[in-house]
Amino acid sequence: MQSIETREHPVQNVGQMERIASVIAGGALAIYGIRQGLTRHSLPGAALALTGGALIRRGFTGYCDVYRMLGVNSHATPPGANATIPYQQGVRVDRSITINASREDVYRFWRNLDNLPRFMRHVRSVKTIDNTHSHWTVEGPAGQKLEWDAEIINEVPNELLAWKSLPGASINNTGSVRFEHATAGRGTRISISLQYEPPAGQVSVFLAKLFGRDADTEVEQELQRLKSIIEAGEVPTSDGQPTGRVEEKAAQRSQKNNKQEEMVHASEASFPASDAPAYSHLNGR
Amino acid sequence: MKALCWYGKNDVRVETVPEPKIINPRDAIVKTTLSAICGSDLHLLHGYIPSMQQGDILGHEFMGEILEVGADVTNLKKGDRVVVPFTIACGRCWFCQQGLTSLCDNSNPNAAAAEKLYGYSASGLFGYSHIFGGYAGGQAQYVRVPFADTACLCVPNSLTDEQVLFLSDIFPTGYMAAENCNIHPGDTIAIWGCGPVGQFAIKSAYMLGAERVIAIDEIPERLELAQSKGKAETINFSEGDVAQKLKDMTGGRGPDGCIDAVGMEAHGASFDAIYDYAKQAVRMETDRPHVLRQAIQACRKGGNLSVPGVYGGFIDKFPIGAAFSKGLTMRLGQTNVHRYMKPLLDRIEKGEIDPSFVITDRYGLECAPEAYKTFDKHDHGCIKVVLRP
Repeated sequence: MQSIETREHPVQNVGQMERIASVIAGGALAIYGIRQGLTRHSLPGAALALTGGALIRRGFTGYCDVYRMLGVNSHATPPGANATIPYQQGVRVDRSITINASREDVYRFWRNLDNLPRFMRHVRSVKTIDNTHSHWTVEGPAGQKLEWDAEIINEVPNELLAWKSLPGASINNTGSVRFEHATAGRGTRISISLQYEPPAGQVSVFLAKLFGRDADTEVEQELQRLKSIIEAGEVPTSDGQPTGRVEEKAAQRSQKNNKQEEMVHASEASFPASDAPAYSHLNGR
Repeated sequence: MKALCWYGKNDVRVETVPEPKIINPRDAIVKTTLSAICGSDLHLLHGYIPSMQQGDILGHEFMGEILEVGADVTNLKKGDRVVVPFTIACGRCWFCQQGLTSLCDNSNPNAAAAEKLYGYSASGLFGYSHIFGGYAGGQAQYVRVPFADTACLCVPNSLTDEQVLFLSDIFPTGYMAAENCNIHPGDTIAIWGCGPVGQFAIKSAYMLGAERVIAIDEIPERLELAQSKGKAETINFSEGDVAQKLKDMTGGRGPDGCIDAVGMEAHGASFDAIYDYAKQAVRMETDRPHVLRQAIQACRKGGNLSVPGVYGGFIDKFPIGAAFSKGLTMRLGQTNVHRYMKPLLDRIEKGEIDPSFVITDRYGLECAPEAYKTFDKHDHGCIKVVLRP
């Protein structure tokens, strides 16, 4: 698997007028801060001076870290702005995996878009509109519903599939999957490359990483699930297996109580019918 | 159902837990008829394997009867009598197709965590921490077996449970350990550790054509078993310099193959062994590689070093210079159990070996915590414990 690759920061992301204002305000702040710091030996003075310095730097270089974090750019629109994701904007993910199956089989599986929610955990549904258009419904990081229409913009059967979201998307995104023969008959190498514009800028990307839900990890795990489905016919799991964990035993007890209540309920509801409700599984084997 | 659960260092208890259910289409539920405690379970007991969680069900050597199968399992039916390999494998990925089932790509649901520690994830294991999948183990009345169609080996009724149970782990593990020595006729193989895996490694080394096997331990009962059943020569490591003894016993040549059937909790009294005790005690070193160092030192030039003993983390003072200068070959890893089960079952059926010779203690599952204690302390010469649910 390759490592993450977010785009390098843009050279400039602050507009012309803002840069001049930055230098003037920064200069004033720095001078005030230095005077405060010298005469009263105060820390706030030093902090003001530093902030002023940062503003001056921002003005001269035209680059602002805070803007970068927020995904803001007040600089003149960079070239390629009418692309789905403007140049040097958004988040990019590159990942690959090798699947022990023929290129045709892997391609066919992916091209049947109905299959995608089987391994893309956050994709609720992909509805095929026509041969090149589909409608996506996805659960966002905070549980919100995200939707868009996507268009397949390049398709070379058994080799390449590329798509982009259409205007009006909750998240602008674009990507491609390449299908290549792995060496010496070792199956198919899939390389996915996608780019998206996070709704709340880079801050949401940072937060997602903090909670282990960044795009790189997600895509990596999606590819692993795809591989397991195609190779093994199922995704491995140990969820739902028995354990002797204390909280689970407590949950089990309360579940049992609920079931018993349910049973009492059911008995009352079924009265005066002669058949007792079938809860014989209650006590297990 | 009753199951042996782990609650912390030296704290295992038999608890009542929910029964397992079919979760995936290739699952089966096995009603356990016989289970065992493995030496590697002691690493869990002692708290040296990371990512254990309170309540985890232990046990990876078990056999039983098929009770229920998932929708995609067509080669097994209710009532089949089966032995289950401790490594979980899909049977269809590239690694499985090479016979490397302990390296299966698709059986560890927590592969991402294992990748962080090891670079890539090996297969899932029964009852052996969450980094290896968090699968519930076989020291229980019922077990969910994933990829049951690939895993379960049906065994003939002419053989008893005790004769076939060890196909699940220690017999294949001892056999693969010997195989990893690339034995040629006339070879001398030295084996550190005369626990169950060591005993099977001794037998297997002879099966594969070794001329002499020298077994190293300090526990009298184990050395005695190695002599009586294994026909091995023995060295008691508490009685002097092992490497020098091996040199003397092999005409100054050194053993052609060396097997470390001890792993991360080696015992010893030499300077480096005490150094390891100290570092492991303060968690500055995860594994005590005393045996590994000694085996590298003792091995002949161009010899083979085979490591079936479990290591989990990092070691210090690895004698890479000795290994390099002598041009050693080192092979290690969990056992690819699936590929050894059938051929070794054939050997048992032909009467070439009766694996039950290692069993010294028999307990009911409800007494499992006591059994762990007995096994751990080697009380009254305990070598191998089986548990009957």
